[in-house]
Amino acid sequence: MSKYVQIENVQMKFNTKQGPFIALRDIDLKIDPGEFITLIGHSGCGKSTLLNLIAGLLLPSEGVMLCANREITGPGPDRGVVFQNHSLLPWLTCFENVHLAVERVFGQTESKAQLTQRTNDALELVHLSHAAQKLPHEISGGMKQRVGIARALSMQPKVLLMDEPFGALDALTRAHLQDELMKIVADTKSTVVMVTHDVDEAVLLSDRIVMMTNGPAATIGEILTVDLPKPRDRLALANDARYHSLRGAVLEFLYQKQARKAA
Amino acid sequence: MMKIRNFFAEQLLPPAIGIGVFILVWSLIAQTGENLPGPLKTWDSAVELFSDPFYQNGPNDQGIGWNVLASLGRVGIGFGLAALVGIPLGFLIGRVDFLNRMSAPVVSMLRPVSPLAWLPIGLLVFNASNPAAIWVIFISSIWPMIINTAMGVRQLPQDYLNVARVLNLSEWKVFAKILLPATLPYMLTGIRLAIGTAWLVIVAAEMLTGGVGIGFWVWDEWNNLNVEHIIIAIFVVGIVGLLLEMMLIQIAKRFSY
Repeated sequence: MSKYVQIENVQMKFNTKQGPFIALRDIDLKIDPGEFITLIGHSGCGKSTLLNLIAGLLLPSEGVMLCANREITGPGPDRGVVFQNHSLLPWLTCFENVHLAVERVFGQTESKAQLTQRTNDALELVHLSHAAQKLPHEISGGMKQRVGIARALSMQPKVLLMDEPFGALDALTRAHLQDELMKIVADTKSTVVMVTHDVDEAVLLSDRIVMMTNGPAATIGEILTVDLPKPRDRLALANDARYHSLRGAVLEFLYQKQARKAA
Repeated sequence: MMKIRNFFAEQLLPPAIGIGVFILVWSLIAQTGENLPGPLKTWDSAVELFSDPFYQNGPNDQGIGWNVLASLGRVGIGFGLAALVGIPLGFLIGRVDFLNRMSAPVVSMLRPVSPLAWLPIGLLVFNASNPAAIWVIFISSIWPMIINTAMGVRQLPQDYLNVARVLNLSEWKVFAKILLPATLPYMLTGIRLAIGTAWLVIVAAEMLTGGVGIGFWVWDEWNNLNVEHIIIAIFVVGIVGLLLEMMLIQIAKRFSY
């Protein structure tokens, strides 16, 4: 069976003024279609760098990266990206922000009505049809992030890449969006790679949690398979022993095996 | 009731007092000497002047309205040409680092030069006073437009460029949907600074070049020793400058996100 995303022996080296800096080394990861992967680790462990590599925003210094058996040579519409700070264009309405992506991917082959339909569908998916004609500064932070998700999904990407998408939101909004994301991913059968620093979020959403060692020269420390049945319910999980043991395993990795020296 | 009273006390009273003090000081100074006309005398003269602002008695004796319009016309043409050249140049300089380094020494050297120093060059090249005055406006308004546009392009947040990259937008889309709207507020600041400078400079330029225009009109009235008219001209220049500024601020407001 073909792997969707295949990362082999990847090393990322940045040339800084102080000389070469190795951010990532020996990264090997294979992601199946429909899998939900989270990358977790302390800040500076290169988890965002790894995501940017998959996105094609960075190119690896060594190693091979494939997406659906094609080498990743740059950003492409087969990988939708949701940024941490939503990155909507403030002079375009929510509709126009999403439409920009739709137009790029389907503009050559589909009629204007179909493009509009796709844009509306994407906004409907995140329950924001009512805000389509609003500008980003007129809606809340959680809504902006949902538009960001709609924009990424509207391109019908093979993989959805999310860089701490809920990091800047308050706890209640975050929980609400996590629930929504779970539904959307289940409906669209998306393959997702998400960077997070939130242990609960990782256990709740993931099929596998990729735990990264501390940088510099960070690599994958352990991979934890989360075999909790789906759909998952955060209230039921609160009293689930397996949930707590998985959560304990991630915490142990982060705070014992990879404990940060007191700064 | 309270709200209306507050509005008067906070919004209307201070400017009214300011203008009152100004007029008071002016009339006190006018009392001490014979030469400077007071507010009342100037007012009478202004009423007479503005009763017929658009008369025409030959090329050198026209109403104040024509003079102001002639000056605004020169500013408009010089400024428009500067925008046509300066804004694209600013985009290039902001986008291409090599061009930025290339142009930096020339721009920083020429920018502090008083625009009037360029007048003789204009007279030399164009052999006529009117294009020379427009040339001076052009050269004085081009620097703020180049510099501010380039700054706006350089300050484009990396986030937006990342969006452009992951959406794989075409160069034209990047320009129309990201670069241009992101730079617009900076461009408008440049335009506002440029108009301000241009309006400052036109008065001095016209004093030197002659013809119809508010600057030459001031000089002409000085030769006629009509001091009331000079004072009126100062007010007219100030008010027109203020209106231009306010207009551009309103435009800029529409494009702030």
